[in-house]
Amino acid sequence: MPREKTHYRNVNENPCNMCMPMGGILPFKGIEDAMVIIHGSQGCSTYMRRHIAEHFNEPIDVGSSSLNEKGTIYGGAQNLFQALNNIRRVYKPRLIGILTSCLAETIGDDVGGIARDYLKQQGLDEFPLVAVATPGYGGTHSEGYWMAVYKIVAGLARPTAKHGGINIIVPNLSPADIREIKRILEMMGVRYTLLPDISETLDRPIARPYTKIPPGGTGLEDIRCMPGAAATIQFGLTVEESLSPGHYLQSEFGVPLYNLPVPMGVEATDLLVSRLLEITGGSLPRALELERGRLLDCMVDSHKYNAQGRGAVFGDPELVYAMARTCAENGLHPAVVATGSGNSGLKRLMEPVLAECPEDVLFLDQADFMSIRTACRDAGVNIAIGHSDGKFLTEKEGIPLVRMGFPIHDHVGGQRLLSIGYTGTAMFLDRVTNTLLDNKHKNYRAAMYRKFYWGFKERGHTC
Amino acid sequence: MSTAVPNENLITERQLSILVKGRQRKNQLKCDAESIAGCVSQRACVYCGARVVLNPVTDAIHLVHGPIGCASYTWDIRGSLSSGSELYRNSFSTDLKENDVIFGGEKKLARAIDELVEKYPAELVFVYSTCVVGVIGDDLEAVCRAASQKHGIKIIPVQSSGFIGNKSAGYRAACDALLRLIEPAGEPRPVKRLNPVPSVNYLGDFNLAGEAWIIGDYLKQIGVEVNVVFTGDSNYRDLKKAPQATLNIMQCAGSMAYLARRMEELYGIPSMQVSFLGLDDTAASLRNIASFLNDPEMKRRVEELIRRETAAVKPQIEHYRSKLLGKKAAVYVGGGFKAISLIKQFREIGIDVVMVGTQTGREEEYQTLHDISDDGTVILDDANPSELERFMTEKGAHLLVGGVKERPLAYKLGVAFIDHNHDRKHPLSGYVGAVNFAREVYSTVCSPVWKYTREIGGGLFAAGKNALPER
Ligand code: SF4
Ligand code: SF4
Repeated sequence: MPREKTHYRNVNENPCNMCMPMGGILPFKGIEDAMVIIHGSQGCSTYMRRHIAEHFNEPIDVGSSSLNEKGTIYGGAQNLFQALNNIRRVYKPRLIGILTSCLAETIGDDVGGIARDYLKQQGLDEFPLVAVATPGYGGTHSEGYWMAVYKIVAGLARPTAKHGGINIIVPNLSPADIREIKRILEMMGVRYTLLPDISETLDRPIARPYTKIPPGGTGLEDIRCMPGAAATIQFGLTVEESLSPGHYLQSEFGVPLYNLPVPMGVEATDLLVSRLLEITGGSLPRALELERGRLLDCMVDSHKYNAQGRGAVFGDPELVYAMARTCAENGLHPAVVATGSGNSGLKRLMEPVLAECPEDVLFLDQADFMSIRTACRDAGVNIAIGHSDGKFLTEKEGIPLVRMGFPIHDHVGGQRLLSIGYTGTAMFLDRVTNTLLDNKHKNYRAAMYRKFYWGFKERGHTC
Repeated sequence: MSTAVPNENLITERQLSILVKGRQRKNQLKCDAESIAGCVSQRACVYCGARVVLNPVTDAIHLVHGPIGCASYTWDIRGSLSSGSELYRNSFSTDLKENDVIFGGEKKLARAIDELVEKYPAELVFVYSTCVVGVIGDDLEAVCRAASQKHGIKIIPVQSSGFIGNKSAGYRAACDALLRLIEPAGEPRPVKRLNPVPSVNYLGDFNLAGEAWIIGDYLKQIGVEVNVVFTGDSNYRDLKKAPQATLNIMQCAGSMAYLARRMEELYGIPSMQVSFLGLDDTAASLRNIASFLNDPEMKRRVEELIRRETAAVKPQIEHYRSKLLGKKAAVYVGGGFKAISLIKQFREIGIDVVMVGTQTGREEEYQTLHDISDDGTVILDDANPSELERFMTEKGAHLLVGGVKERPLAYKLGVAFIDHNHDRKHPLSGYVGAVNFAREVYSTVCSPVWKYTREIGGGLFAAGKNALPER
C-alpha cells in the first residue's frame, strides 16, 4: 500500500512544477494561426518563453502587456489594449489567447471584460479572443494547460450538424507523441480533430520562407465543429471536471466522452484501440497488431532487467500515471511517485497500481525536489524517470535519469521523444532498460569487488 | 530627425529605438525606456536582474518570496562556478498560494526563513521580492530585520518586484543589497589599506565556467591580489572585506557602475573599467591596471604576460581568422559592455558586425556603440523577434550572438549562433576565452549543416553540389 506524504510546507526547495500561465501557453501554440499574450509584467513571459524555447528548440513568441507601476495601480486595460493592437499588427493572428499572470490577478483585472471591451472598441465582434485566468499562484502548469484547452473549446465550439468525426483531446505530450497518435488514427481510418496539435508548430521543419507564426496546429473551424463529433476521446484521467474540455463538450453538446489514460503501455494502448474500434466499427489493422506483438517481444526481452529497477517517477500527474503504470507492466515497480501538483486525483488513480507493487511506494504530491531526493534515498531508488530537473537526483544521489515529459532543457530532442502507442512504449522501455544496463555495467565490477573480494592476492595467488 | 528606420510592419512606438549608423549625424537612440506592450520584448524583469547579480554568492540562502514560477524558472540555470559552498545552486521559494496573496505572506516568509536557517547553516540570506509581493505590500524589511535578530545572521531583503522597472532596476536592487552586506557595522570610514601587495575588487564577473579564476590568475601573475569578486565565486566573509581594496576594476558596467560609484563615495575606492573579452581588450585592461597602480615592475610583468599569452594563442586565432574573414555578425545581448567588447572581438577574427542591440544598454554605451560601428550598422534597443528576423535577413548576417530565446530563431533562419549568456559552460574571457570564442564562431559559421539548409532555399551559404559517388 502506498504511504502518503503531503506536507503543508512554508518553503519549497527546488520546485518540481511551474506556474499556471506557463502551462497555458502550450495549447495556444497548437492552434492554427494563433498568438498568445500574458497579461502581467514583462518578466513572466520572458522566463516562460525561455523555458519553452529550451525544451523545443523553437522560437517561442509570446506577447506581454508589460505592466508597469502605473498599470499596476490604475489597472492594466490600457496596456492590454496596446498589446493586442501590436500583436495583431505584427503577427496578424486569427486567434489570440490572453493568459493572466499573478500580477494581473492580484490587482484584480478582469481579462474577460477587458477582452470584450477591446473587441467592441475595435469593431471586431467575430474575432476569437480567448481569455484565461491563470494566476501563477492558483495552480501548476498542468492546471494552466487544461484550463487553456477548456477555454479554447468553450470559446469556439458552436452547435454543429453531426459530422461523425472524433475529437481527440491530448495533454502536454511531445510533438512526436502527437504525430504517433495521428498515425494510429489514420491507420485505423478515423476522421478526427486533435486538440491542441503542436506536432508541427513546436517541431518545425527547416523551411522557407520563415513565417512568424509556425504553420500547423488545430484548425479554428475544426474546433468550432467539435460539438458535431460522434465522440470525444480525452487523455485526461487526472483532470478535474471543471477544467475538462471533454466534460464540457459532453454536458453542453451531448458529445459522448471517453476519458482515457494516455495510451502508453500495453493496457492503455489496447484500451484506446478497442474504444476506437467500438466507435468506428472498424477492424484492427494488421500493421498495428504487428506493432503490439513487437512491443510484447520487447517487454519479454527486457523484463528481467526491468525487475532490477527501483524507480522514481515524477512530473505532470497525467504523465506520471502513464509512466508508472507502463513501468509496472514490465515488472519495474515504482518506489517513489511524485508530482508538484496538488489536486489531481492522481493518488486515487494510483492506488490499484501501487497496491500491486510488492514493496511500499512513497507517494508525494505538491512535491519539491528536496523531498523527492529524500524519498529516493529512503527507498533505495536506482532509476529516475521524469523531466530534466531530475538531474538534481543524478548529481546528488547518483541516480541515472531517463528524461521524459516537460521540460527537457539539458538534452536536445525533447520534442522528438516518442513514448506512446505500442511502438513508442517499446522505445520508452528500451531507453529505461538501457539506462539500467549502462549503470550496471559502469558499476558492477567495482561493486562486486567491494562486496566480495577478501584479499586472496595477499596470500600469494597471483596470475 | 524622428524616424530612423520606417517600415510598415514596424510598431510605430519602436521606431525611435532603432537607427542606422551614418543616416543621421549623431546617435539619437531612445533607450533605457519601458518595454512597449505587445512588442514581444526579449527583456527579463527586475527580479531576474537582481538574481543574476546575487546568485553567484555561493554560501547564501537565496529565497524567493513569491509564487512558485519565479523560483522555478531560475533554479540553477547559471553557469557560475564555486570553489566552496554549493548552497547557491538551490532555489528556495515561499510558494505563495491564493490564500497567502489574500491574507499576506509575511508569516509564511518568517517561517520559511526559520526552516531554512535551521536546516542549512548559513550566515547570509537574500530574500527576493517578486511582483505579487510588491502589490500585496508584505513588509520585507520588517520580516528580515526580525529574522536577522532572531538568528543572529545577515538577512537582506532584495527589492526586486518585477513591475517597478526592467533588468537594470534589478541590478540596482542587487547592488543595494550588496552595499548593505558590506557596510561596516558602525565603523567610521575610510578603511586603512596598508597591504603591500595591491589588492583589487573585481566587479561584474560571475565566474561563468571559471572566468573569474582565469582573470584572477593573470592578476596574480602581475602582482595584484584579488580581494573579492563581485560576485563570481564570492561568499559572505570575502564580500565583507570589500572596503579593504586599493582599486575596483569593473567589467560588466551595466550591473556594477552604481556599486562602484557608491563604494568610491563610501570607502574612497577608485574604480576603473576593464574588459577581458578578446586579445586587445584583455591586454589594454592589464596595462591600464598597471599604469593606474604606477608600478614599473608590474608594468614589466604585464608586458611579459601579454607577450607570452599572445604568442601562445595567436596562431590559432589567425587560423580561424583566415576562415572567417568577411563574414557578418549580428549581436543581440543583455548589456552594453558586452556588445561593445563583441564588436572589437569580432574585428580581431575578421568579422564585421552589421547589427547590434542590447536589452538594457545605457545611453553612454550606445554612444560608444555608435562611435565604433561601421556605417550602415543597424543599432537597436530592446529588440523583438520580428525586428531581429528582419535586420538579420536584410543585412545578410551569417551569425547571431545572443541568449537562449534568440537561438532557435537564428537557426530557423539558417543563421549560425553563439551563446553569450549566463548559462554557458565554457569560458570566453582572457586569452583562453578568445580562442574558445574564435573556435565556437568557426564551428558554427563554417559547419557543413548550412549547405543542406541552403538547398531548400533561403540559407546564406554557398552550397556545394552533392559530390557523393553514384554507381
Ligand atoms: S512575477 Fe515579477 S518577479 Fe516574478 S518573473 Fe514575473 S516579472 Fe519577474
Ligand atoms: S508564478 Fe506568477 S509571477 Fe511568477 S512567473 Fe508565474 S505568473 Fe509570473
